[in-house]
Amino acid sequence: MAPRPAGDLVVRARNVRRAFGPTTVLDGVDLDVAPGEVVALLGGSGSGKSTLLRILAGLDPAASGDFTVPSRNAVVFQEHRLLPWKRVLDNVGLGVSDRSRCTDALAEVGLADRARAWPIELSGGQAQRVAFARALARQPSVLLLDEPFGALDALTRLRMQELFGRLRARHGFAALLVTHDVDEALLLADRALVLDRGVIAADLPVELAHPRAPDAPGFGNLRRRLLELLGVPVP
Amino acid sequence: MTIVAAPDTSVASRATPPPAKRRLRWQRALSPVLILVVWEVASRAGLIAEDKLPAPSTVLRTGWRLARDGTLGDHLLDSLTRAAIGLLIGGVLALVLGSVAGLLRAGDDAIDPPVQMARMLPHLALVPLLIIWVGIGESMKITLVALGVFFPLYFNTYAGIRDIDERLVEAARTCGLGTWQRIRHVILPGALPSLFLGLRLAIGAAWLSLVVGEQTNTQNGIGFLMMEAREFSQTDVVVLGLFVYAGLGLLSDLLLRILERRALAWRRGLQAT
Ligand SMILES: Nc1ncnc2c1ncn2[C@@H]1O[C@H](COP(=O)(O)OP(=O)(O)O)[C@@H](O)[C@H]1O
Ligand SMILES: [Mg+2]
Repeated sequence: MAPRPAGDLVVRARNVRRAFGPTTVLDGVDLDVAPGEVVALLGGSGSGKSTLLRILAGLDPAASGDFTVPSRNAVVFQEHRLLPWKRVLDNVGLGVSDRSRCTDALAEVGLADRARAWPIELSGGQAQRVAFARALARQPSVLLLDEPFGALDALTRLRMQELFGRLRARHGFAALLVTHDVDEALLLADRALVLDRGVIAADLPVELAHPRAPDAPGFGNLRRRLLELLGVPVP
Repeated sequence: MTIVAAPDTSVASRATPPPAKRRLRWQRALSPVLILVVWEVASRAGLIAEDKLPAPSTVLRTGWRLARDGTLGDHLLDSLTRAAIGLLIGGVLALVLGSVAGLLRAGDDAIDPPVQMARMLPHLALVPLLIIWVGIGESMKITLVALGVFFPLYFNTYAGIRDIDERLVEAARTCGLGTWQRIRHVILPGALPSLFLGLRLAIGAAWLSLVVGEQTNTQNGIGFLMMEAREFSQTDVVVLGLFVYAGLGLLSDLLLRILERRALAWRRGLQAT
């Protein structure tokens, strides 16, 4: 990737390091996200994807390195992390003063009629959609997503991926999408990064036309390359 | 006493879910009513000596008489005042110290070890020492109630804060909530179920402390009423005192349950609204 001026980026991280005791998990990560760009972050289990995302979200004071993330960011985790004692709309409105923005966000994920429900009354997919609404209501310039569809069943996951594509087209936010699912990365991202041994080991542009589908031309090739980079060679 | 001496089990019991479907109320009222009827009949038939255990109807008649001449109301008010002041002092102390120990590492280090040590002392056994310290007057009774209230409420405040899912606090942080907002929106409501449990145990301990405290050198209160009646062998008044204590416990528990149902509606979801 050609170097860009820093002002052109929403997320810019240089030489990010993090060790837990004797084990170094991140060993000098460089990472850029341009405005409106969706970057997938892949890597084996335990490669440090979540660690990196938490650092960028400002949740890990023990990390070192230079990174800038806009204050208007929002995080969606693998679990919905809704507060069980707040109704759906109040969860979306956490830290947001403008109520109409929350109602709009809830309508956008298709849950306007569940505004008064308690989180305990939602299905897994609905709860995750509320978590997305909570992120949207903050009108983020970048979304930080840690395997946001990882805990959902296959069908719900497909629907959520479709929803993500729609929201992104409408709002034009940038996103860093941590995933272990190669297909998901290729469906949603403009660029795929592979985290390996503490550094970004590969940076692969995903130049496929939208809307994308796993049987579109070019998809299979990219899929093969990414899997090889992840150490899962396909015959 | 077991209430106070076993805070760990009481904390754990919070995890057990409420019974899925409660049985009809009248079914549960059946056996107590039956026992009262048997007692009444046995008394009237002369099977139970009137001077050992008067019939329920006698106790009720005595209650009515004492209520009409104002005696019962006055003594009840004195007892309630003691319980309320003790509850307030012990409760505020427990909430403040429990919160500081639960929220701050330094507070935990400073406060929790001595409280853990002190909880091994059965607080009712402190009566002789309390008499030496604060005399046998009103302050001894209030101190005893406050001590009884403090421990269960402290432990459940502490545990309630400590048991909050760290991931929820983190999510609130990513939503831009500062420390005080996180306490208000995440920690306080998250600790509330535990606080309610603590309060219920604390009120139970308050009544127990009151019973013991009011039996030494008192000039008023339900306990005094009972001790005085014993001197004159008025068994009906003694049993009436027991009824009043039981009624107080029942009533306070009921009030707390209603409060809890409202405040913790989110735990039951659809059934609640
Ligand atoms: N709080 C922690 N304490 C100790 N080790 C941790 C902690 N968080 C993560 N790790 C370790 O860091 C490595 C990377 O974890 P993580 O970022 O969660 O991986 P990924 O999300 O890529 O699966 C793992 O080996 C994990 O054991
Ligand atoms: Mg992870």
